[in-house]
Amino acid sequence: MQNAPEKRLHKLLHSRSFWVCALLLLPFATDALLGHGWVRILDFAMLYIMLALGLNIVIGYAGLLDLGYIAFFAVGAYCYALTGSPHLATAFPLSIEGGVHWPFWVVLPFAALLAGGFGILLGAPTLRLRGDYLAIVTLGFGEIIRIFLNNLNAPVNLTNGPQGISRIDPVSIANLHLNVTQPLFGMEIPSVHLYFYLFLSFTWLVILASKRLEKSRIGRAWMAIREDEIAAAAMGINTRNLKLLAFAMGAAFGGASGALFAGFQGFVSPESFSLMESIMILCMVVLGGMGNIAGVILGGVLLAILPEMLRHSVIPLQQGLFGKIIVDPESLRMLLFGGALIVMMLYRPAGLLPSRVRRRELGSDEMAEKP
Amino acid sequence: MTLLQLSRIGKQFGGLCALSEVSLHIQKGEIYGLIGPNGAGKTTLFNIITGLYQASSGEFQFNGNNYHATQPHLLAKAGIARTFQNIRLFANLTALENVMIGRHVRTRAGVLGALLRDKKTLAEERAINARAHELLKYVDIPARTVAKHLSYGEQRRLEIARALATDPLLLALDEPAAGMNATETASLKALLQQIRDGGITLFLIEHDVKLILGLCDRVAVLDYGKKIAEGTPEAVRNDPAVIDAYLGHAHEP
Ligand SMILES: Nc1ncnc2c1ncn2[C@@H]1O[C@H](COP(=O)(O)OP(=O)(O)OP(=O)(O)O)[C@@H](O)[C@H]1O
Ligand SMILES: [Mg+2]
Repeated sequence: MQNAPEKRLHKLLHSRSFWVCALLLLPFATDALLGHGWVRILDFAMLYIMLALGLNIVIGYAGLLDLGYIAFFAVGAYCYALTGSPHLATAFPLSIEGGVHWPFWVVLPFAALLAGGFGILLGAPTLRLRGDYLAIVTLGFGEIIRIFLNNLNAPVNLTNGPQGISRIDPVSIANLHLNVTQPLFGMEIPSVHLYFYLFLSFTWLVILASKRLEKSRIGRAWMAIREDEIAAAAMGINTRNLKLLAFAMGAAFGGASGALFAGFQGFVSPESFSLMESIMILCMVVLGGMGNIAGVILGGVLLAILPEMLRHSVIPLQQGLFGKIIVDPESLRMLLFGGALIVMMLYRPAGLLPSRVRRRELGSDEMAEKP
Repeated sequence: MTLLQLSRIGKQFGGLCALSEVSLHIQKGEIYGLIGPNGAGKTTLFNIITGLYQASSGEFQFNGNNYHATQPHLLAKAGIARTFQNIRLFANLTALENVMIGRHVRTRAGVLGALLRDKKTLAEERAINARAHELLKYVDIPARTVAKHLSYGEQRRLEIARALATDPLLLALDEPAAGMNATETASLKALLQQIRDGGITLFLIEHDVKLILGLCDRVAVLDYGKKIAEGTPEAVRNDPAVIDAYLGHAHEP
C-alpha cells in the first residue's frame, strides 16, 4: 500500500505538465545555479540525444551496427554551413555575391533529405554485410566523409578544409534571431536558452517519430530483420528496401541535427566529426539501452554531461590535493569511460534502461513476460 | 487446377548434386507430401520454391507465373508461405508480434502513415491486430508470451499461424510434427485438415509415416536428389524403389 504523499509524488512524476514545466525552467535553474556555460552544455546534450535517437533507429530497431553515424551529422551541418554563410562567395566569387544565405527553415528539410540520401549511399553497398563487417565499412565511410571535408579546399575551395566554415547565419524564427538575447514575455531570454527551447522541441519531435515508427508496420518489419533476416524475407518483407529505409531514416535525423548544430555554433570544422564522436553516440545508445527510447535519452544525457562535470571537478580537485595537475581531465575521461563500458558489459549488458526485447535476448528476464 | 508446377529443378552445391531434374505438380486444394531419407534434398526444394535458394537449372510455375531466379519476398507476396525445419521464429518477440509481422506483406502503411497515424493507417493497424489475435486463437497460443518461452509444439504452431497471416495459397511445412508427442501430432493433424478445408493447399515434408498416410492426397519420394516415386500414400508405401531407398541402402533413416 502506498501512503498519500508517495502517491502524490508518483502522480506528479507521471503528469505531463510537471515535466513540461520542469524542462521549461531547466535552463533558468541551470543558469542561476551553475552559470551560463552549463546551459550551453545542456544545448549540446539535446543535440546528442537527437543523434542518439537517430542512431537508435538504425541499430536499435533494425539491428544494423553503424560506426560512421557522425558522417550524417556532418552532411547536415555542412549543408547549412555552405548555404547559410558567406563562404560560397569566396569559393565562387563570380557567380554568388555574398553567399546564398538561404533561410534555415528552407535548408533544414533539404539537409535531412541529403543526409538521408547519403544514408542510402552507405546502405546500398553494405546490404549483404552483417555485424563486424558492416561496422568496419560504416566506420570507413564516416572517415571518408571527414577526410573529404578536410581536403575539399582545393582545387575549388568548397569546404575551407581544416579551418572550417564560420559566420554561419543563426537560426531565426520569423524575425526572432536566436543568437542574441531576446525580450520575450517581459523577460530577457539569453541566446543559449532560446536554443535550448528550439532543441527541446526538435528532440520532442524525434522522440515522437521514434515512438510512432517503433509501433508501426515498418518498425515491426525492422524488428523482424533484426531477429532473423531469412525468416523476415520468407514472410514477405523486402529486407533490402527496409534496411535502406532504416539507414535513410537514421541519417535524416542525423542531418537535421547537423543543420541545427551549424546554426547554433555559427562555425563548423571537420574535427567536430571525428570517429570518436561516432563512438560516443554509439555508446549513448548501448549504455542507455539499445532500442528503448527512454534508455537512449538517459544515455545521451549521461554521456554528454558527465564528462563536463568531470572536467569541472578534476582540475580543482587535483590542484587542491597535490598542488598541481597530475592526470589531465581528457585522459581521465577516457579511462573512466572505458572502465564504465567494461562494468556495464559485465553487469548490465542490455543497458541502464533496457528495451524489453533486448532484456529477453540477453536472458535476464526468464519467463517474466509469461502471463 | 495446377497451383505449383516444378519443371526439371536441379540444385548443385559445388560438387554435390542436391537435386536433379525434379518435376512435380501440386493441385489446388490438395495435401501433397514430400518424403525421403535424410539429406535427400527435401528442404533444398522448399528453399527453392520460397526463393531462399536459386535453382541451378529448371524453373517452376506458381499460380500461373514462371519463376526462375527470384526473391523470397516476391514469392511470399505471390502466395507461398512456409515454416522451417529448425524453427525460425522471431524468438525475442511476443507471439502476437510474430503473427503481426506475418501481415506485413498484405498491408501497405509506410513511413508517412507511421509518422502521421492517419485514419487509414490506424484502421489498418487495428485490422492487423484483430487478424493476429484471431489466428492465435485458431492455433491456441497465448498472445503475450515471448516466442522463445513457448513449448516446442507451440512454437511449431506459432510458425504455422505466422505463415497463415500472409494469406497464402500454398503453405509449405517442413517437418511440422518433428519433436511432437502423439497427442500434439494428433492435434496438428486436425489443424492441418482444418487449414486445407479453409481452401489452402498444403505441401508437407514429414518423416512421420502415420501422419503422411492419414493426411496426404499424394506423396512424392526423393532420394539423393531424385524423385523416385509419386502417387497415393498407399501405393508409394508399397513401391519397391521406396522400400529400397529407406531400407536397402546404408544411410540413416
Ligand atoms: N547451403 C548448402 N550448402 C551446401 N550443401 C547444402 C546446403 N543445403 C543443403 N546442402 C546439402 O544438400 C543435401 C540435401 O539437404 P537437405 O537439407 O535438402 O536434405 P533434407 O532432405 O531436408 O534432409 P533432412 O531430412 O535431414 O532434413 C545434403 O547433402 C546437404 O548437406
Ligand atoms: Mg530437411
